[in-house]
Amino acid sequence: MCSYIVEKTAITGSAKAAGTWAPITNAVVSVDHPSHATLDHALIVDFVAAGRPVSERVALELSVESARELINCMQGALDAFGVAG
Amino acid sequence: MYEGLLAETVTISGHGDNEIGAYLARPLGSGPYPGVIVIHHAPGWDGATKEITRKFAAHGYVAICPNLYHRFGPDLAPEDAAAAARAGGWISTEQFLGDAAGALTYVRGLPVSNRRVGTIGFCSGGRQSFLAACELAIDAAVDCYGAFVVSPAPPELPYRMEPIIDRAAGISCPVLGLFGAEDRNPSPAEVTQIDAELTRLAKQHEFHTFENAGHGFFAVDRPSYRVEAAVEGWRLVFDFFRRQLV
Repeated sequence: MCSYIVEKTAITGSAKAAGTWAPITNAVVSVDHPSHATLDHALIVDFVAAGRPVSERVALELSVESARELINCMQGALDAFGVAG
Repeated sequence: MYEGLLAETVTISGHGDNEIGAYLARPLGSGPYPGVIVIHHAPGWDGATKEITRKFAAHGYVAICPNLYHRFGPDLAPEDAAAAARAGGWISTEQFLGDAAGALTYVRGLPVSNRRVGTIGFCSGGRQSFLAACELAIDAAVDCYGAFVVSPAPPELPYRMEPIIDRAAGISCPVLGLFGAEDRNPSPAEVTQIDAELTRLAKQHEFHTFENAGHGFFAVDRPSYRVEAAVEGWRLVFDFFRRQLV
């Protein structure tokens, strides 16, 4: 289905696309039909910079399963940093 | 027999008298031809939807697909326009209806039009095709697995998607509904509810639910594609439009 699920958050960092780094200020997260990945539904993440054209965003379309794995991976890395840091 | 068609982008007057882009495909003959408004899905005014528009032209219809995301940027790639729509809160019901009304006026004004026009939409476009049946003076409507017609979107969603079944009293044309038995949204129980409400209101309608098919069974470029449901679904669509529009 077209789920219309959208979550947004402000972020601090940079992203690299087409060989060029650029600051990013926001992430738009949805679970819906992807545009490119051959999946019925995907976790879609758009990393955008305020004031920049949407065509310059860095976009991800991940299967739901791989997105959960990635979240676990990221959480594990952050937890380890919390202990070590 | 000579066969030929023309497919091109045109500009139409949409909601609020805004000019928006539309993809128009029609046979090259002099007509008169029935019309179909193809409503694109949430991923946007994309190649798959334009292919469907050309399919109708090849079957003898003047088909038009308005770019409902035009205001996010007329020259954006479909996936970029869809990203802008996600970030911008999609589009309002009023804006959709205004753009669809503009497409209706445009098609009926073409010299090759027989002035009978239907709508068809898939997924979010299916819901919008149902909306068009409720609110616009069209001659037929096809809803392919439109969600949130009878049930609201879950409250945890950040974007409200209100049910539209309360508008069904306004339906003034026959409705064809095509659904998958394995779909969760709309679920078979919701489809039964819509069917019952249209029956209660004495609205002419035909609903078909396909076994071994879920949401998006018409989408040839997605894993949800189900050949048997899609082939029979297209047969039902063209039979329905032939009876209502030709």
